[in-house]
This record gives sequence, structure tokens and C-alpha cells, in this order.
Amino acid sequence: MDNLFQRSLEDLIKGFRLQLLGDSSFISRALEEIRREIKATDLSTKSTALHKLSYLAAIHGVDMSWAAFHALEVVSSSRFHHKRIGYQAITQSFHDQTSVLLLITNQLRKDLNSVNEYEVSLALECLSRIGTRDLARDLSPEVFTLLGSSKSFVRKKATGVVLRVFDKYPDAVKVCFKRLVENLETSDPQILSAVVGVFCELASKDPTSCLPLAPEFFKILVDSRNNWVLIKLLKIFSKLASVEPRLGRKVAEPICEHMKRTVAKSLVFECVRTVVSSLSDHEAAVKLAVAKIREFLVEDDPNLKYLGLHALSIAAPKHLWAVLENKEAVVKALSDEDPNVKLEALHLLMAMVTEDNVSEISRILMNYALKSDPLFCNEIIISVLSVCSRNAYEIIVDFDWYVSLLGEMARIPHCQRGEEIEHQLIDIGMRVRDARPQLVRVSWALLIDPALLGNMFLHPILSAASWVSGEYVEFAKNPYELVEALVQPRTDLLPPYIRAIYIHSVFKVLVFCLRSYFSAQESSSGSSSTVYESILNLVNVIEIGVWPLSGAYDVEVQERAKNVLGFIGMAKQDIAKKVNLQDNEAEACRVTAFMEDAFSEELGPISANAREKVCVPDGLELEENLGDLEEICGKFLKPVESDSVSCTDKITFSVSNLRIRDQQEASSSTSLPPKESSSLLAEHRKRHGMYYLTSEKNDPDSNGTPNDYPPANDLASEILLDPLDPKRKAKHRKSRPVVVKLDEGGESRITTSQAKTKQESVTDDESLSRDIQSALLVNKKGKEREKCEGNSNLVVQEEETSRIEKPQNSEKKKKKKKNGERTSGKHRSRRRSEVASSSEQVEIPDLLL
Amino acid sequence: MIKAVMMMNTQGKPRLAKFYDFLPVEKQQELIRGVFSVLSSRPENVSNFLEIDSLFGPDSRLVYKHYATLYFVLVFDGSENELAMLDLIQVLVETLDKCFSNVCELDIVFNYSKMHTVLDEIVFGGQVLETRSDEIMKAVEEISKLEAASNSISLVPKSVSGWRGGR
Repeated sequence: MDNLFQRSLEDLIKGFRLQLLGDSSFISRALEEIRREIKATDLSTKSTALHKLSYLAAIHGVDMSWAAFHALEVVSSSRFHHKRIGYQAITQSFHDQTSVLLLITNQLRKDLNSVNEYEVSLALECLSRIGTRDLARDLSPEVFTLLGSSKSFVRKKATGVVLRVFDKYPDAVKVCFKRLVENLETSDPQILSAVVGVFCELASKDPTSCLPLAPEFFKILVDSRNNWVLIKLLKIFSKLASVEPRLGRKVAEPICEHMKRTVAKSLVFECVRTVVSSLSDHEAAVKLAVAKIREFLVEDDPNLKYLGLHALSIAAPKHLWAVLENKEAVVKALSDEDPNVKLEALHLLMAMVTEDNVSEISRILMNYALKSDPLFCNEIIISVLSVCSRNAYEIIVDFDWYVSLLGEMARIPHCQRGEEIEHQLIDIGMRVRDARPQLVRVSWALLIDPALLGNMFLHPILSAASWVSGEYVEFAKNPYELVEALVQPRTDLLPPYIRAIYIHSVFKVLVFCLRSYFSAQESSSGSSSTVYESILNLVNVIEIGVWPLSGAYDVEVQERAKNVLGFIGMAKQDIAKKVNLQDNEAEACRVTAFMEDAFSEELGPISANAREKVCVPDGLELEENLGDLEEICGKFLKPVESDSVSCTDKITFSVSNLRIRDQQEASSSTSLPPKESSSLLAEHRKRHGMYYLTSEKNDPDSNGTPNDYPPANDLASEILLDPLDPKRKAKHRKSRPVVVKLDEGGESRITTSQAKTKQESVTDDESLSRDIQSALLVNKKGKEREKCEGNSNLVVQEEETSRIEKPQNSEKKKKKKKNGERTSGKHRSRRRSEVASSSEQVEIPDLLL
Repeated sequence: MIKAVMMMNTQGKPRLAKFYDFLPVEKQQELIRGVFSVLSSRPENVSNFLEIDSLFGPDSRLVYKHYATLYFVLVFDGSENELAMLDLIQVLVETLDKCFSNVCELDIVFNYSKMHTVLDEIVFGGQVLETRSDEIMKAVEEISKLEAASNSISLVPKSVSGWRGGR
């Protein structure tokens, strides 16, 4: 009688609401109590404790996996109340790794065979939630019986469980499928909707296996008036029509009938969705669907508006005219307060973008972006960026406008897409020569604005702007102002790596100006004092601006600052020596010339798979372990001098010297790796051999010096000229500038790996679909046989002979169920047959066509 | 397939949470919290649908309805129709109304097991089985009768009745 004083679940809940201890301490106290009570032998006490535990697990996240065995004990009770609590706990907490899962089989079997339909339903629900392969295999006979039960309540639930059983144990298909198909002809609408629901799931996994049942589905589609059933059928047909296009023709008519007749919006929406996704070739159906979409779009109900837009976006790829028809509704939806609606409208608008209207649409969108919340604003920005940059900017004709749009985007307060804008600024600079002046103009505007420096989202854009200004400085109107902007004190706010880019750009500008100064000096006889003043001014400004950075904390910044200052130091002397006009041997002159050469080489875009294009020279083994080379070549090679870069007192920037020396080294050394590094490697390998992986493909020692690779610009020689479309009217339009494109063969790699993963997932479903197909084949054969002879035994023999004739993968041992066993209905024995079922393709009977 | 059914109040406390794919309890609580944070930021008069791929995996949609202080949430995938799911919430609420007459949040709090009974009749292993509230009510009443019958025996244990009645 100890459960008289036990707290029930209601008491627990009440106590929880009134308690003042604090949630976690209350729960831990309750848990202690439960642990004590659950060990009691009295089933009532146990079950109440279990009930409380399930409540705590579901609502408060307490782990209840330790009570698995107790749940089993509770379930074995004969009282319905206890059974219910036990099953609820089991369905909630059991999973594939629960150790006591095996023990539940018998209990489930008992309950599945029970007279009380509610006990049966408890067991069925348990099986449907926790069913494993073993459980499914052991209990499929019981499920089979229940599928034919006289009580519709039970049949309905058995249909629901069939899905899980099929999923976990595909062999059950052979047994249960026929009953399932029979249930398609039932008059009870709930059972029908359950069956159709199961077929909907099966069809999503593998449409081809359900294709033979298309005639039955078609009949129901035409006759039924139950919306749930019809919705599921439509989903089935949508999947079937994608594998069997001829089905679409037949089905289009009844679907249109339903669309016109019904009042239920859910059914209309489903019809519309089916038509635009799978039947998009049938013009009449599509027109009707679009008319219905329009009705949705003008409704006040936000749900319908959203669904209308959603359907429109499914239709958009193939039927752009539908979107264009509803343009006003779409634009209006952009300012709706529902975020879903706004997003759909945005995507639709982007689908409508073409060359002609891209500037107009972008203008509208930029206005919206300024007014919207940060999330939507960034969505707008990213979608505009991605659409415009698709396929190497194929949609843009006027790059000047686009570049200024990019600059505008940077000024939008909520903009957080700095990296994408940065990428595009640099990309356009490299690909589109004619856009460079505008780029430099826009960058200049961005750089001189001190307000932008504070916004950390915009730093990537500023780094791109400075790079562009430095790289294409020849288009700058006023390099002096540019330099001022680049060295302004507020650049302290930038992170070090961006400051390094700024300094390097300053350097490029300086070289450019000096070069032009020196070349002006050489050509003209006398130098005007104003030019001299200005160049001196420039140099001074740079020196003053950069000098504090030579003591910066970041090494990159410090190094570049010192480089610039060193160069200035050298150049200043020569600027001062105005008299030596004809002296072309002035060091600064030469060096500046060299620098300008270095900077004048154009940087171009590199294709994604450029590396693959470098062909491996003959006789070069890339896979060998080169440790053995040590012994062979050790005598011949001398260690490389480590001081290839000479340090002089004067800080000289002798990049040209360095380069020459590199080339000398390359020519003198053979293509074998230097001795020192390979010997170290061999030693290390000897000591730690077992930790080394098998030899890698691209052993860096085996490659030649970097000069063996062709410079990136050689690849840029595959310039594809963008031909002017002759159909376009060339009124006062500028011709589209040349955009450098490279053949990006990278996509093929991605698709092959996708194909591989698809294959792997297919093999899992293969066994299920094979079984369904064979079951359907047997059904058809069985029906014919029964008509002729009415003897089910012959069918069995048929099956056996057909299977023996086709020996297939015998690794899988399959159980065989004879159709004759159904008539016996008694104890079924398991037999293991050596022969697997046939795996040939089922011929889809041409019943509909 | 329905992936989950949740009922939570406007402060985020779950009143009922049923997940049709197995998940450990911490993950369940995490999902409940995630859904609540998304729902609480939705304005009024907007659509009742949400895409929640980030929480429940690809192809997951959520439909919710706000009744007084409760959010009713249904998570499902592509094989269910959105408006039909909205109807289903309606069916559920109507049935609860019939069960408890003018149901309010407290009824749901204190009748945890009855809630589950009702829900189990509607959604079975992730599939929708029954959509007529009178049928559901019939089944629920039967089950409650059975439960009451099996419970009443426990008050008088066999040993006592045997001693008294001498059967």
C-alpha cells in the first residue's frame, strides 16, 4: 500500500508550480524520490514513478535512459493504465543503442495479438517510433495480420506502422505489400488516407517502384472528394510524373478539374504546386495554375500571399512570363511587414533581372535597402551582388554604372557584405580594362571619406579600394590627394594587414610619380620649379605619414614602412640633384625604372584549375620518396649559401638584384633538391618512420624552382571576347567592354563527387525498391494465376523456380514467405533460402498509355 | 512526415514536446529554445510559416499558431501540405476544447497524459491518421474509461478483498 503516500504526477506538477526552492533543486529532489520509488516491486508504485520521470524528461530535459529496464517491467503489467505509462516511457526514451531493446519483442508480440484494440494501438505506436530491424523482422507477421483486421481502428494504425517496418526491414514488403494495396480499395476514408500517406512517403524515396500502382491512384484521384487523400495523391503524382513524363498528360485533366471545383485552399495550393513543379509542359494547366496564384497574391491573408509567392518562385525558372505578369504584386510585397513575404518577393525580383532592367531594379532595391532593417538590407545586397556577378558579370553592360553602384552599397549604413564587394571590386579591376578609370574614381571617393574608416564591416572594401588605386594609379586624376588619403592619421583604425596594403599602394603611387618626374626631366631640357616643388611635397608627405609606422608593432606594417622610407631616402638625393639631368645612370632613376617595370606587369585572374594545367615534365617522379636520393647525390651537391640576400648598411631595395641572383642559382643548380634539406629529411624519416604517411603526390622537394611554373599571365591568354549581340539595337549605347573569362572546368569535379554520394545513398534504398518491384510482379503473376487456377500453391512454385533460375548476390540471406502461409494462418516458420530475389528491372506495364 | 509537435507558452516554457525522430534530451531542449527564440521575434499579422533548416535539418518547415498565451508548433517536411498542417492545429485545438470545455493553458499543464492521448490519436509515428475531432474524442473517451477501470482496482488490493469477501 505504499503508493497511497506516493506523489502522483499531478502532485508533482502542482508542487513544481508552487515551489520556492528553485527549479533545479526541486527537480533533483523529485529525481531522488523517483529513483527510490521505481525500484519497488509493486507495479503501481513503479508505474507512477515512471510516469513522473517521463514528464520530467519531456518537459524539463532530464535524462531517463537509466530507467529502461523498469519501463519494461511496467509494460508487462496486465493493467491498461500501467501499460500506457510503460509504452509512453518506452517510445520516448528507447533508441537503437538501448541495451534492453531485445527484451521487448515478446511483450510487443503479446500486445499486438491482444483482443483489446487500444492495447494493440499502444503496441503499434511503440513499434512505429522505436522499431529496429530486428523488431521489424520479428513482428512483421503480426503486422500482416493486423492489416487485415476487421476493426478499422486497428487497420488504420497498422497501416501507419507499415512505413517504419518497411524502412527498417525491406523484406517485409513481400509479406505486407499485397494487403497494403488491397487497402487502397477500402471505403473507409481514414484508412484510405493512411494508406495513401504511406505511399506518399514510399514514392518520395523511390518513385519507380510505385509506378505500377499508378492506375489505382488515378482512379482515386478522379473519384475521391476527401481533401487529405487528394493532397497526398497529388504529391505522389508529382513524384511519379518526374520519372514518367507521359503520366503528366493523363493526370493534368483531373487536376485542373479539382482546381476549378474545390473551395479548399490547401487543395488548390497543392494542385498549383504539382502543376508548376512537375507538369510544367502542359500549357493549359500552367495557365490555370498561374490564374490561381494571382488570386492568392491579391488576398489579404498573409499565409496565402506567402504561399502564392512561393508557388510563383517554383514556376519562375520555366515560366518567367508568369512572374512578369504579376510584377506589381511582387514589388508591393517587398514592403510587406512579413519577413518571409519580403524574401520571396526579393528572390522573384532577382529572377526577373535582365540586361535591360538591371539598373532600374537595382535602383528600386537600393531604395528599399536604405529603408529596411539590417537583415533584409543585407539580403538585398547579397542577392544583387550574386545576380550581377553571375557568369563573369554577363548581365552587366555598363560597368561604370555598376562600379558606382558598388561604391554606393558601401555607403549603406547596415551593409555587412564587405568581403563580397571587395572581391568584386578587385575582380572587375582585373577583368575589365575599360572600367579601371571609374574604379579608381570610386575608390578615391571611398578612401577620402574618413567616416568609413570607423566601420569595421567596410574595412575589406577599403582594402580593395586602396589596392585598386595603387594598381591602376595611372588613371588617377590627382595622385597627391590619393596619397594624402592613404596616409591620413585616421587609418590607425584599420587592422594591420589592411594598413600594409595601404602602404604598398602608397609605394606604387610614389614609384609612378617619380618615374613620370624622371622621364619628364630626361625629355625636357629644364625642369620647371613647380613640378619640382610638387614632387618634393609628395615625397615629404609620404615620409611624414609613413615614418611613424616604421616603429609599428605589426611586422608586416613595419617592414613595408621601412621599405618605403628606404626608397624615399635614396630617391630624395637624386631629386635634389637637379643638375644631373642627362645622367641616366643615376641610381634612383634606374631603380625607379625597375620598380615601375615590376609594377607594370598586369595581374590577371587565375582559373580555378590552373594547377592541373601545368604538365608534369617527363621523367619527373612525383610520388617517390626522395630520401634515398641523399646517398646518390650527396657527394655532388654543396649546401646552398643561406645568405643569398646580402644585408648592407644602406637600406637598399634591390629587388632586381635579388631576382637576377635567383635566376643564376636556378641555372647553376640541377633540378635535384639541395643536399642539406634532403639529408635532414632522410634522417628524420629514419628516426620517425612509422609516423610518416605514404608518400604524397606533390612532394615539394621534387618540384623545380618556382621559375618553372609559367607566370599566371600566360593563362590569361585564353581571353574570350564577348561578342556584341547583333540583335541588340545599338542606339547611343556604349559597346560592352571586354571581360576576361577563363574556362572554369572546376565544376566537373564537384558534380562527380555529388554523383558518388548519390550513388551511395541509392544503394540503401535499392533493396527496398527491389523488394517492392518484385512484390508487385508477384502480385500481378499471382492475380493471373488465381484467375486461371485458383490454386495458390502453384504460385509458390512459380516464384521458387523463377528465383532459382536467377542466382544473384547470395551474400544477403533473405527469408522467404510463401503465399500459401497466408491461408494456413498458423505458426510460421522461418526458412533461409540460399537464393536471393531477382534483381532484374520490372517492366512497367503500359496500362495507362 | 511530421517531425515534432510542440506547445509552449509565451515565456518559452514547454507544455508539451513530442519528437518523432529520436533525439537525446539535451538536443530536444535546445530545439525547443531555438524555436521559441524564432517565434518570439515574429510580429503579429504575418504568415504562420517558417523555414527552419538550421534547427531541424534540410527541407524542414514549421507552422505555428498563437492562441492566447500558447504557441502551437508543428514541424514537418516536404511531404505535407502547409495549409493542411495549419488545419491540423485547428483540429487539435478543437478536440482539446471538446475534451476540457473552454480549454486554457492550465488545463494543458495539469492534464499531461490526456494531452498525449489526444495527440497520439491524431499523429501516429509522424503520419497524420485522424482528422475528425468526433472520432478522436470517441477514442480518447474509450481510453480514459479503460484507464479509470484499471485504476479503480488498485485502491482495494487483492489480499484485502480476498480476506473480506472470501472469494
